[in-house]
Amino acid sequence: MYQIPADPHDRAGTCKILPTKRGIKADFARTNSDLLSGSVQNQVFSLFQLILRFEHQSQFVELKFAVGNRRCRCYVTTEIFTIFQLGAGLMMECNCIEPQWAGDDLLMKYQYISDFFIALAYFSIPLELIYFVKKSAVFPYRWVLVQFGAFIVLCGATHLINLWTFNVHTRTVAVVMTTAKVLTAVVSCATALMLVHIIPDLLSVKTRELFLKNKAAELDREMGLIRTQEETGRHVRMLTHEIRSTLDRHTILKTTLVELGRTLALEECALWMPTRTGLELQLSYTLRHQNPVGFTVPIQLPVVNQVFSSNRAVKISPNCPVARLRPLAGKYMPGEVVAVRVPLLHLSNFQINDWPELSTKRYALMVLMLPSDSARQWHVHELELVEVVADQVAVALSHAAILEESMRARDLLMEQNVALDLARREAETAIRARNDFLAVMNHEMRTPMHAIIALSSLLQETELTTEQRLMVETILKSGNLLATLINDVLDLSRLEDGSFQLELGTFNLHAVFREVFNLIKPIASVKKLPVSLNLAPDLPEYVVGDEKRLMQTILNVVGNAVKFSKEGSISITAFIAKSESLRDSRTPDIFPIPSDNHFYLRVQVKDLGLGVNPQDVPKLFTKFADNQLLATRNSSGSGLGLAICKRFVNLMEGDIWIESEGLGKGCTAIFIVKLGYPDCSSDPKLQSLPKVSTIIRQTSFPGLKVLIMDENGVSRMVTKGLLMHLGCNVTAVGSRDECLHLVSQKHKVVFLDVPLTGTDGFEIAIRVREKFAKRHDRPLIVALTGNSDRITMENCLRVGLDGVILKPVSVDRMRSLVSELLERRVLFEGQ
Amino acid sequence: MEVVQMQRRFAEYTASLFREGFLDAQFTQLQQLQDETNPDFVEEVVSLFFEDSEKLVNNLAKTLDQQNFDYKKVDALVHQLKGSSASIGAQRVKNVCVAFRQFCEDQNVEACLGCLQQVKQECFLVKNKLETLFRMEQQIVAAGGSIPVMEYN
Repeated sequence: MYQIPADPHDRAGTCKILPTKRGIKADFARTNSDLLSGSVQNQVFSLFQLILRFEHQSQFVELKFAVGNRRCRCYVTTEIFTIFQLGAGLMMECNCIEPQWAGDDLLMKYQYISDFFIALAYFSIPLELIYFVKKSAVFPYRWVLVQFGAFIVLCGATHLINLWTFNVHTRTVAVVMTTAKVLTAVVSCATALMLVHIIPDLLSVKTRELFLKNKAAELDREMGLIRTQEETGRHVRMLTHEIRSTLDRHTILKTTLVELGRTLALEECALWMPTRTGLELQLSYTLRHQNPVGFTVPIQLPVVNQVFSSNRAVKISPNCPVARLRPLAGKYMPGEVVAVRVPLLHLSNFQINDWPELSTKRYALMVLMLPSDSARQWHVHELELVEVVADQVAVALSHAAILEESMRARDLLMEQNVALDLARREAETAIRARNDFLAVMNHEMRTPMHAIIALSSLLQETELTTEQRLMVETILKSGNLLATLINDVLDLSRLEDGSFQLELGTFNLHAVFREVFNLIKPIASVKKLPVSLNLAPDLPEYVVGDEKRLMQTILNVVGNAVKFSKEGSISITAFIAKSESLRDSRTPDIFPIPSDNHFYLRVQVKDLGLGVNPQDVPKLFTKFADNQLLATRNSSGSGLGLAICKRFVNLMEGDIWIESEGLGKGCTAIFIVKLGYPDCSSDPKLQSLPKVSTIIRQTSFPGLKVLIMDENGVSRMVTKGLLMHLGCNVTAVGSRDECLHLVSQKHKVVFLDVPLTGTDGFEIAIRVREKFAKRHDRPLIVALTGNSDRITMENCLRVGLDGVILKPVSVDRMRSLVSELLERRVLFEGQ
Repeated sequence: MEVVQMQRRFAEYTASLFREGFLDAQFTQLQQLQDETNPDFVEEVVSLFFEDSEKLVNNLAKTLDQQNFDYKKVDALVHQLKGSSASIGAQRVKNVCVAFRQFCEDQNVEACLGCLQQVKQECFLVKNKLETLFRMEQQIVAAGGSIPVMEYN
């Protein structure tokens, strides 16, 4: 307790300053100031509220302090003041020079407020932290947070407690303050220490986060890329599908442009095709214009060459001629333009190994324009898309071209088919009409012919004078010839048709020649032309062939020889053609090779008549050719004869030709035909008989009067028995005289079994024949002989025998031979 | 002897004749000519042949005995013989005659003489054979059987 005067000027009052726990207690007793009396007694003042003034001149320290809004002052000695200072723990600034008490209250006020706010903030921060951490599920450093929170709270507490220490305060406050500060210090140090560990972790978390973000960004980029690629692929597929779904060229190109335009969002898309001349490119298709006007640009433009030389899509300037499709309207920035070549493949260029190396230089140009004013750029994937599409278009176009070609070819073929069909039907109709005509005409012509021939032959049978007979014979012969002509015409038509076939059969070759000879002799003798017939000795008697046609041919040839000769002689030679003699054949394409089954008969008819100009020889064989040179006043050839002969000869696998030195030097007609050997067995019983005979064989010949002449008794008897067995009325004689004596026209057949070597046998035959002048009355003379060689046969023919029978002869054979003899009035057996 | 047996024997004998070439198909033909109207036809012909051949052979022998004989004459005779033998189907005789004629053409004396001998022999043989055949036939007919008809190809 220190007594201090309350007022220096009032020496009467005193103030007792008592330091307490809570501050100093000023006890004012006996003071004059009404202000202090009674109201401030025993009040404790915080030191904060102490305002100190120090007076130099005095030994007193004035203590000014406010109690509420009361101010009071008292004076204490300096010693006391120092104690107070130490006791309160308050280090006050001593403004001993200039006491700044004017701003006391303001400063304090501001400090007070700031401290308060700081404390508030310091308390609220951890609350916020706790709140947000609780909200977020993930926070790995709770311990740090707690620590930090504690640190902050304590700092706040410290500041809060500071509020109480502005004024005089008690010791407890000081203690509290100190504790708080100590704690704060501890915690903050701990926190600082911990943060050294934590912060790198936090930082690394940050870097990891950054790394992941980068990665994510990268992946996003790549994703974007892939997506665009996939988009492109999808577009290509769709485009291709659209393009390839049609085979029409125009549709393909139009679709391409449309789809490209849609996919790439193009402003304009154009296709320039090369013209036919190949010197210009013509604008063929555009996207926006419906009917593009025929712009053309020369194909040699540098930009065009640039595009054509590469198979990639090339960016070109929007101002080049191919890209300037619309007039520049207004001010706009044309979009980027890309051009690509489209190869136009031809059918002939299409080779698997060549693709895509193309040998053709024909390209079309496709120009694609981005929208103007869009600032879009051509991306790589878009260019790739364009290139792929261009290739697909090329393929689709080539397919379309192939299809067009094949359609055209098919149409052509169909047309041709129709035309051919029509022609065939017309031809058939014509042939049918001709055949009908021929058939009808033949029938019509044959009917009167038949009457003529029949009646003249009947007339022949009656009694006529020689003259009349001659006339009738001529009529008959002419009629026959005319009938032959009619047959010729029919034959020719059948020959031309190819429907003609030879009637093959076995026949007597010698007999054919003989008949021709006999037919031609009268006519030749009228013209005083001697005719000679020479048959080669090795010529087989019986052959297989078409007898009728062969005879026709020989007759025709011989007849021509007779017809066209006024003088000279006619010689007919027939022999087997050897290979040497075939070499001089005029038609070298016949190589006759005789074999066991067949041989080639060569017939030469030589006359010394008018002859033929060698140049006209080929014409002779053409039908209806006008042979002026050969026409004489007698001849009236139809011109068919030789043509028909040629046809027959050809059918018989042979050839016919005429050799002549010239006019007036005669000519030789030569023909070669193939004839077959008839097959026969060694058994004489199975002799081949002429097959064309359709006569019903007579089994017996009752009452047939026959005469046998045989010098050999035995064989005479045998033959007689044989013929008697067949029912004949047989007279057998053993000598020639008897034979001549007994033979009469009652005998139908005379069998002469005589040796035919030498002339003996034939003599008797001749004499028998001479006995009967008239042909139809005399008996048939048949020789029986053991040998069948050529010479014998020839001699028999020459002499005029009607038949030759080979010994030995069986009953059956004799039967058939006799019946045939009676039927045909000629019988020449072969080997 | 039984008829059947006789007939069988006859058939065998005939077959053997054909087989050995004494007779050929002509003989069959002759047999065929024999019927009711001509019952002994074959026999008549055969006996006629034997007479004829004997005469001819004798003639031949006489001719060939001469020093310078005429080949033509020989040929004619042989020809006759050939014709006769062929007519009745005496094959072997006929063949010899054919050869004989050839030798005549060749004017081979030796061969001709040889052939003559051959001819004689053949005629003799065939005569015997045929006589046997006829005897057999007669036996059969006497026994009441019928002559079996032969078929020879």
